[in-house]
Order: sequence, then structure tokens, then C-alpha cells
Amino acid sequence: MTEEVKLFGTWASIFSRRIEVALKLKGVQFEYIEENLSNKSPALLKYNPVHKKIPVLVHNGKPVAESLVILEYIDETWKHNPILPTDPYEKAMARFWAKYIDDKLWPAVTKVLVSKGEEQKGVIEEIQEQLKTLESELKEKKFFGGESLGFVDIAANIIVFLLVAQEALGMEILTEEKFPVLHGWYQRLVDDAVFKECMPPREQHLSSVKVWFGSSTPSK
Amino acid sequence: MADEIILLDFWPSMFGMRVRLALAEKGLKYEYKEEDLRNKSPLLLEMNPVHKKIPVLIHNGKPICESLIIVQYIDEVWHDKSPLLPSDPYQRAQARFWADYVDKKLYELGRKIWSTKGEEQETAKKEFIECLKLLEGELGDKPYFGGEKIGFVDVALVTFSCWFHAYESFGNFSIEAECPKLIAWTKRCMEKESVSSSLEDPHKVHGFVMGMKKKLGIE
Repeated sequence: MTEEVKLFGTWASIFSRRIEVALKLKGVQFEYIEENLSNKSPALLKYNPVHKKIPVLVHNGKPVAESLVILEYIDETWKHNPILPTDPYEKAMARFWAKYIDDKLWPAVTKVLVSKGEEQKGVIEEIQEQLKTLESELKEKKFFGGESLGFVDIAANIIVFLLVAQEALGMEILTEEKFPVLHGWYQRLVDDAVFKECMPPREQHLSSVKVWFGSSTPSK
Repeated sequence: MADEIILLDFWPSMFGMRVRLALAEKGLKYEYKEEDLRNKSPLLLEMNPVHKKIPVLIHNGKPICESLIIVQYIDEVWHDKSPLLPSDPYQRAQARFWADYVDKKLYELGRKIWSTKGEEQETAKKEFIECLKLLEGELGDKPYFGGEKIGFVDVALVTFSCWFHAYESFGNFSIEAECPKLIAWTKRCMEKESVSSSLEDPHKVHGFVMGMKKKLGIE
């Protein structure tokens, strides 16, 4: 039976980019459907009636929503090149850090883009605390997943957005001086053959972020 | 080698109750340690330095945090007894999706119901009922979200049911009137020893919320 795999996403969404990375790491052929979020397709609304969001993976007609849920589904369905560890404790740690990134880093990053003045300074400090925490988890490892990209590295692709955002709006949040360990990890991440193929085109991403968020006063 | 299992918890926490329930389902013996959240123990701060929250499961000295992550860990380590997640990847994804939905919605809405008034409270009540109705739809005609036996979503959701009395009382509404099938499901779950022994008395929870309201100066 031929597999039919579809991914509903948007070019700038780091969440749908996570799914592209996982599918490509596993060598899974898929059809990509670009959604217009101001005019959602009937298909998207049918496949994700609860949240009406991307990404949605549709595998042989059956939809899976929520990026971290989709990543686990992909890992359990296509078992080669695993992205999660097999040991239950290591797996729990990977899930913990991915959840940390989604529950803490993501809301702070979106907030920093829409806040101003003192409030923005406070959020920047918050993000830098979170980045320090992530560095202490990464330590000497090549990737969060060890020798190769794993679940947490894929979830940490939010940092791609953070770096684009800070450049677009003239902020300094994650710098090489302040975060040498994370900076080194990031260089290795974007050097990875599969990961770099799945990044939003940089210039387009920069100009879009400027357009979407550019009215905030930048702080240094 | 005997397993050493410690649970750091706070008695009214519906998140801590999820872990108690998972441990009970697996028939596991463990040491329960009650935390005073205004005076967190050195052990809690050492075992969960990132969030400093309960529940924390400590298995042979190694900590696991975040209730649904702990429940999955328990399910994977003690996989031979009462599996909570199905074996099919698609069914597992659906279970994770709905457990995540419960996490995203119910706690915040519930908190707004007991801690706010007026329009904010009315909006929270309305949304809360909408969420429960959606979950009712997902349950359908099945006895449990897990099918014939309780599963991951049942564990994620049923612990909120001992808070329903508090929500109803402070929100001045009836959950059973709006979601009878869901209440029937909670009663069905409570017939199981593992559930009834893991959930707290709704009146005790109500008293706790009353105390919280007084402390926060909410009338």
C-alpha cells in the first residue's frame, strides 16, 4: 500500500518546520500544503477542528495535530533514525525540555516582540535566564540529543526565530559572548544537512518579522 | 532490586493526583511526601530546580517532573501492567492530543471560575463548559476515553472532577446539567479503587479553595 503523507503548514512557522525536519530525517516522502492563516482551507478546518492551527500531519487520511504530538507519532511510525531515546528516563528528560521550550521560551519570545520599554527589558532578562537554563542542560554535548539531532534540538528551532527577530528589531538577546555554548550548538544545528534545508528563507523571514512586529521600540 | 519510588506532592493538586492514580493503576508502592508550597523542601528544590513545582516522581534517586511526562514514564517503565497508552501510534497520538488539550484549557479556566467575578467569570464558565462538551464528544459511547479500560486521557482529566464541586459552588452553575455524560463517566471512574483512592474529597477541595480566596482577598 502506498503511504500518503501530507503536511499542512506555513513557510514562516517554526512549528511546521519541526515536522519537515522530522519527516526529512526519516526520509519520508510527503506533500506540503502551504496554508494562508487569514483564509484557512476547508481541509485544515476539517483535519484540525479543535484548534484550527498548523501544523497538521495527515497520514493515509488520518490527521495528527500539535507539533510535539506529531513528532512522537512520526518517531513511532517510522522507526529508523530515531529522534527520541529508547530509555524511558532519557525519553522523559527529552519530553521535559521540549515542553520547557514550548511552555516558557516560546511565550517569552512572542511577548518580547510586542512589548516596549521597561516591560520589554524584563522579558529580555527572562529569555536570557531561560537560555542559561538550556545551556546548563546542553553542557558539553554536540546536540541536546547527543551525537545527532534529536527531539529537543528540533523543538529548540524556536531559536531560529529568536535570532531572526532580534536582528529584525535591533535587539540583543542571544549573543555569542553571553551564550557561547548555545551559540556553538546553533552553528552545528544550522550546519546539519537536513535542518538547514528546512529553515525559512532568511531574507524573507527578516523582512516579514520587520513588517509584523516592527512597530515596537527596540532596546539594547 | 526493589524500586524506590518517592512522590513529592501537594494534596489538592489535580496534577499530583494524576501521578497517584497512575501509580495505583500499576499497583506500585511508594513514599508520599506532602510539600508545603509556601515553604518548599530542599529536596523539592533539588529535584525540580527548573520549575520548583510538584508533582515530582523520584525513581531510584532520579527525578521526573511534569505530571503527564511522569504518567508516561510510569506507563513505559511498568509496561506489563494496566497499560495507559494504547500500542497503536495513531491511537497514542490521539490520546496525547486530548491530554494536551486538558492541560491547555481546564486549569486556567477553572482558576478563573473560582477567583474572578462578573464578566470574566461568566466567560470562563462558558468556555469551561464548551471544553467539557468537546471532551464529552470525544468520549462518545465508550465507557472510558481509553475504551474498555481507563487510559491516559482518563488519568489526565478525571482528577479535575474532585474540583468540580468547588467550581460549581463558586461559579454558581451545574456541570452535570450541561455535561451529564461526562459526570456519568466521572462516577464510573470513581467506582475503581485506583481512582477513588487517588482523588481528594470534593468538600475538602472546596474548603481549600475557600481558604485560597480568603488569602488572596477575593470575596
